[in-house]
Amino acid sequence: MAQRQSFQIGTGLFILLGFAALAYLATQTTSVANYSQGDSYMIKARFTNVGQLKLRAPVKIAGVRVGSVAGVVLEPERLDALVTLSIDKRYDKIPDDSAAAVFTSGLLGDQYVALQPGGSPDVFKNGDEVVLTQSSMQLEELIGKYLVGQGDSKPPAGKGDDAKPAAKP
Amino acid sequence: MSTARTSSRFTDALAQIGACGIFLFRIFAAVPRSLRYFKETIRQIWFVGAMSLTIIMTCGLFIGAVLGLQLYDVLSRFGSAAMSGTVVALALYRELGPVVTALLFAGRAGTSITAEVGLMRATDQIAAMEMMAVDPLAYVVAPRFLAGIVAMPALVCIFNALAILGAHVVCVSWLGLDNGTFWSNMTASVDVWTDVINGVWKSVAFGAVCTLIASFQGYTTAPTSEGVAYATTRTVVFSSIATLALDFVMTAFLM
Repeated sequence: MAQRQSFQIGTGLFILLGFAALAYLATQTTSVANYSQGDSYMIKARFTNVGQLKLRAPVKIAGVRVGSVAGVVLEPERLDALVTLSIDKRYDKIPDDSAAAVFTSGLLGDQYVALQPGGSPDVFKNGDEVVLTQSSMQLEELIGKYLVGQGDSKPPAGKGDDAKPAAKP
Repeated sequence: MSTARTSSRFTDALAQIGACGIFLFRIFAAVPRSLRYFKETIRQIWFVGAMSLTIIMTCGLFIGAVLGLQLYDVLSRFGSAAMSGTVVALALYRELGPVVTALLFAGRAGTSITAEVGLMRATDQIAAMEMMAVDPLAYVVAPRFLAGIVAMPALVCIFNALAILGAHVVCVSWLGLDNGTFWSNMTASVDVWTDVINGVWKSVAFGAVCTLIASFQGYTTAPTSEGVAYATTRTVVFSSIATLALDFVMTAFLM
């Protein structure tokens, strides 16, 4: 009887260990660690080009994650990308004239949406739309611009300035 | 004549697969009856699961360590050694964890199931059970099958956790990768559903397939010592083939 008890306890411990390992893997090594558990509200933003923006890509203000991309769809009439941003309820004081831009983390990293706070006294509410948006900067386009611009007698200073904000997310 | 022999071998193989499929349905039918012998299932989980922990944990640690070492070396050639942790985790959760655990499981637990059930068959214990109106499928096979399904995911999770630990030790403590970089890159790119849980589904399927093949080979063995030896060998061969083939199919469907 004592032996029978011991293997039953051992089996229970084994299964507990399995669940503990699963819980460890799921919470410590995956993006669950980054998920906001609290409530969130949705705002929309239209971009002419979202690049490789994916679902659940982070939304950042000043480099800090405040939410995630909840949907990327093509709007059939205006033929631009309608991106739904899910913002954590904790950050409910974002001015409603803030600008949204699709940036790339690092040179070739994942893309994310950056919100640049404006100065309006009103704040974003559920369902609002971001008016000022800046599309994703395509590396190929930039390279193309530079290649074309090289022939000019004057260096394309304006184009170079355009490129800089995207290169420095 | 040689074609005749080839075709008969082919039909033999087909018949084996068919018999294995029928055996699976008989196990499913026997599962409700086997709940009466629930203690036996627990004993089998202890036997195929907990007793395999040593080999699973040791191998997990070393696989993680060698993955960390290799990937750090390869990725640092492209200047992205910081992604080592991410690649180790993705490779483990999606493929290596379930597959390597299944291969080890087939070698450690599958063979012992085949040998045990095969010897029961060879020494007429199964016939004796039928004589006593004890259903051998419900008392012998179904508990082992259930134990495989329960034990395998637990083993895979433990394997993965130990492998991450091994990779961490190699990359961070030995090769000097930054601890925060290791974890934050991993948490940024690994998804709980598409990576971790898909691996768990795979492990459930592998556990079922490995224990099915092991108990089928044992149950239908030729009742001689040679027959049991062949059955044990076939368990390892067929389990490995089935695991790797099923892995490909499941990856194609789960992605």
